[in-house]
Amino acid sequence: MKQTAEKSTSEDLTALEIQEINAIINHYEDHTSVAIEALNIVQKHRRWISDSTLKAVADFLQISLAHLESVATFDNLIYRQPVGNTVIHYCNSVTCWMLGSEQIREHLCQRLHVEPGETSADGQYTILPIVCLGACHRAPAALVGDELKIDLNTDAIDEILKR
Amino acid sequence: MARIQIDGQFYSVPEGNNVLSTCLSLGLDLPYFCWHPAMGSAGACRQCAIIQYKDEEDTRGRLVMACMTPVTDNLRISLNAEQARQFRRDNIELLMTNHPHDCPVCEEGGECHLQDMTHMTGHNLRRYRGRKRTHNNQNLGPFINHEMNRCIACYRCTRFYNEYAGCDDLQVFGIHNNVYFGRFEDGALESEFSGNLVEVCPTGVFTDKTFSAHFTRKWDLQTAPSICVHCSLGCNISPGERYGELRRIVNRYNGDVNGYFLCDRGRFGYDFVNSSKRIQHPRIKQRNACIQTAKEHFHQLLTRAKRTIGIGSPRATLEANFALRSLVGETNFFSGIEDTEYQLLQTVSQIIRDGGIHSPSMREVEQADALLILGEDVTHSAPRLALSLRQAARNVSIELAASALHVPSWQNAAVREIEKQALTPVFIASIGRTRLDDIALDTYHGSPDYLANFGFAIAHYLDSSAPEANALDADENKLAHTIAAALKQAKRPLIVSGTSCSSLAVIQAAYNIAKALPSPNRQLTFSLPECNSLGLALMAGNDLQQAFTAIEQGQADTVVILENDLYRRAEKQKVDAFLETAEQLVVIDSLKNPTTEKADLLLPAASFAESEGTLVNNEGRAQRYFPVYPAPDSICASWQWLLGTMENSSWQHHDDLTTACAQAFPDLTAITQVAPGADYRVKGSKIPRQPHRYSGRTALHANIDVSEPGQPTDSETPFAYSMEGNMAQVPPALLPVVWSPGWDSNQAINKFQEETGGHLREGDAGIRLFEVSGTLAWFNGIPKPYISEPGVWEVMALPHIFGSEELSLQSPAIAQRLATVCALMNPLDAEQAGIDNGDCVIISDLSGASLLTTVIQIDTNLSSAGLLCITAGHPKFQALKMGMQVTLRKFNSDSEVGS
Repeated sequence: MKQTAEKSTSEDLTALEIQEINAIINHYEDHTSVAIEALNIVQKHRRWISDSTLKAVADFLQISLAHLESVATFDNLIYRQPVGNTVIHYCNSVTCWMLGSEQIREHLCQRLHVEPGETSADGQYTILPIVCLGACHRAPAALVGDELKIDLNTDAIDEILKR
Repeated sequence: MARIQIDGQFYSVPEGNNVLSTCLSLGLDLPYFCWHPAMGSAGACRQCAIIQYKDEEDTRGRLVMACMTPVTDNLRISLNAEQARQFRRDNIELLMTNHPHDCPVCEEGGECHLQDMTHMTGHNLRRYRGRKRTHNNQNLGPFINHEMNRCIACYRCTRFYNEYAGCDDLQVFGIHNNVYFGRFEDGALESEFSGNLVEVCPTGVFTDKTFSAHFTRKWDLQTAPSICVHCSLGCNISPGERYGELRRIVNRYNGDVNGYFLCDRGRFGYDFVNSSKRIQHPRIKQRNACIQTAKEHFHQLLTRAKRTIGIGSPRATLEANFALRSLVGETNFFSGIEDTEYQLLQTVSQIIRDGGIHSPSMREVEQADALLILGEDVTHSAPRLALSLRQAARNVSIELAASALHVPSWQNAAVREIEKQALTPVFIASIGRTRLDDIALDTYHGSPDYLANFGFAIAHYLDSSAPEANALDADENKLAHTIAAALKQAKRPLIVSGTSCSSLAVIQAAYNIAKALPSPNRQLTFSLPECNSLGLALMAGNDLQQAFTAIEQGQADTVVILENDLYRRAEKQKVDAFLETAEQLVVIDSLKNPTTEKADLLLPAASFAESEGTLVNNEGRAQRYFPVYPAPDSICASWQWLLGTMENSSWQHHDDLTTACAQAFPDLTAITQVAPGADYRVKGSKIPRQPHRYSGRTALHANIDVSEPGQPTDSETPFAYSMEGNMAQVPPALLPVVWSPGWDSNQAINKFQEETGGHLREGDAGIRLFEVSGTLAWFNGIPKPYISEPGVWEVMALPHIFGSEELSLQSPAIAQRLATVCALMNPLDAEQAGIDNGDCVIISDLSGASLLTTVIQIDTNLSSAGLLCITAGHPKFQALKMGMQVTLRKFNSDSEVGS
């Protein structure tokens, strides 16, 4: 019940990360609700959340490690394993599936010589599925980095990978 | 009441409940997974689909989830409509696509809710031929097995563990078709209630690890109704036996007491019964003897004796204590409790009997809307009660949801959503931190004297005619006023206290507060040390010190000790002197202990699983347990040893003792009605302890004797050691196990309740001995605050769920979870004494004799100076008794060489 996290410090989080988390911590009713945003902030700096990073965030927020892990593993956009420079999330929900998301996945995997969940050998791309991106009217869709790509086909994929 | 129509039949049912719960209460079968009567609806599993019709004309209807649909007047539904049945069949088929169908090797098999529901829906043919997702399992400690592949993702485990039990190390990880219920990493589950996962999980993800070590199918277990002996609450249990070995404990529903849940000490503490420390044969002067010789020898000793005194026990039954009292005579009977505790128990029994304040059952505790806990860490002293207090802490938000938002309490997720906006006033005043601190609005820490003074202050603020306490400082004063105001406003305020602090003043302060409360629905409950502490207190008897004096002064020469290790009660020198001075020492007990080692005649006693008797719990409820299986030939129940040596006794049977005991003590008059006597029959036959499918009876002992031995007879109870007999319409106090056609798991209990989650039909087992009457004068023994002398510490021996209770300590699984052996100290004290966290110290008594060496842990929650907190009853701390004054010096390995 007592809000004490503001006072605590964690050696594992950088001063900047702590500053950014503290800036938003009061937007929420309690520390468990800050979990997602805190993970996003830390991931922005580190690209993915390692076990020790997860522990640092849990310590800082004074919430249970298991609870934070449950949030981290539920959220598609929090990465608990190292990822490439750009993560491509192809949508595999129903509309995209009807309009060819499987071909998109196959093409991506074939071009990058990976399976879903893997990172290309050059460390550039990681391929992951994701649930509906809210772009059903322009399916199939994918999230490339933080950009939404719509009306995808193999040519569009080639174009994306060219960059 | 609402008039509703189910498949063309009209019913009159209470309005506002959900349809699933209502259908089950009506005795209808509707499959479900995520709903639980104690945890409400989640709407997660989609298994309880039914058709709801708009009105009389509607012929199509629409599919709804029964658990999420409220009962309203003129509701018209169908359970049997083909679309609903089809949906339920398909749903379970989908839930099962990843299930391994490993029932033959699964320990849940035969009492599995998933099996029951699968049969109920008619999903009999497996069509799915694809791959199944698999998981790695975790080591969750000594109590619980983990087999995640069997999971159907109903979320009951995390809802129980996080929401109901308030612990957060078990969580759900992942998303959609790949979720995992477990811990962040391997390790023992931290909750003291983890064992309930075994029954909460509808399939075999979480199973009982202690049961695995000697597994038997439910249908091969012999059972009888029983009462937990590991604390004062008297939770109802169903122990199961096979091959003369106690195999496990499961919950036995009692709507007033434990409901659906047990604590881990109660569930996993049973293995002491199978322990190698069991006394298997009578021993005369340390040599084995046969029963007949022992009986004769016992008789001779008593005849030879000048005067015999009897020492009773708070962990022995009323009947056994009464038999001893009758054997030695009223004036020679001593309760076997040291004087401080004796005094505490006398005061508590006086308050319950004549205090004029309701002593609540755990169901009633759960209704409280304001709480003050004074001097107890309830999770450790009366574990199951802590679970009830945690539910009470939700009441203000439940009421707000109902009144302001019209959201019924069973809408679990919705009600929990507003929990933080409407906090129930819960206050905890204790020596150090407690496991319920997370539900407290505020806490107060201090030594027992401070706690009592603080309590007296609250009572005075509630009612100015209550005696005034010593002055508090400004912060304390403010808090005392806040607490008084919150309790005053409450409709159903509850005060919880107990004997943990060994402080009479704390108990008296708790009474003053309760007495000062204006609400007619005020309640006061005490946590007591042992399973029959209150029962023994009601029998009076003298305290232990007087027994010591009687022997010391040569007034008596013979001692009979009943189920009591005196070394746990008093200082070693005193007990040594007592036992050595007594010329003849007879000890009756089930496990070897330092007291039994000294016996001239040692009589092996049957455990709770092999004998019968009545216990009185902390509420004042008398309850009876029955033998699950017969004790080995060389072992008798304590009462049998005692009865057997009485000359010309007109008492032949256990029932005779119960009746005589009821006649001897006006407070205990009602104990004869606790359960029907040995002559009770159901349609002419005894009640079978073995299920109808019990297998291998003729072959059980074929390795010893190929002829089938006759079944043991039982002349003491209404039960038979047999499969034959009638199980229908058995009264709740005699219900060994729940089982109903189509319902093999423990969830069959809904077939035995008035309504789901309610009382058992014909009333919950047990008889309350006291109802509100009388009143007591204000207690005015306000203690002067304890001022510590520099360099002297007072020992606070505080209960711990794993380690403080004598019998469960001998169960290997409990032994693996023992409290860390260390002494807690306040940071300021430690600084002054030059002690750091983790330092090893030697503890000595005031004469300078060193008692033991231990590690110090500094605890910022200990605010009072001069306290040294240790785990009560822990074997390592045997030399330290509550309230002892000790000195400390740092252990220096160089200077200790040779000492």
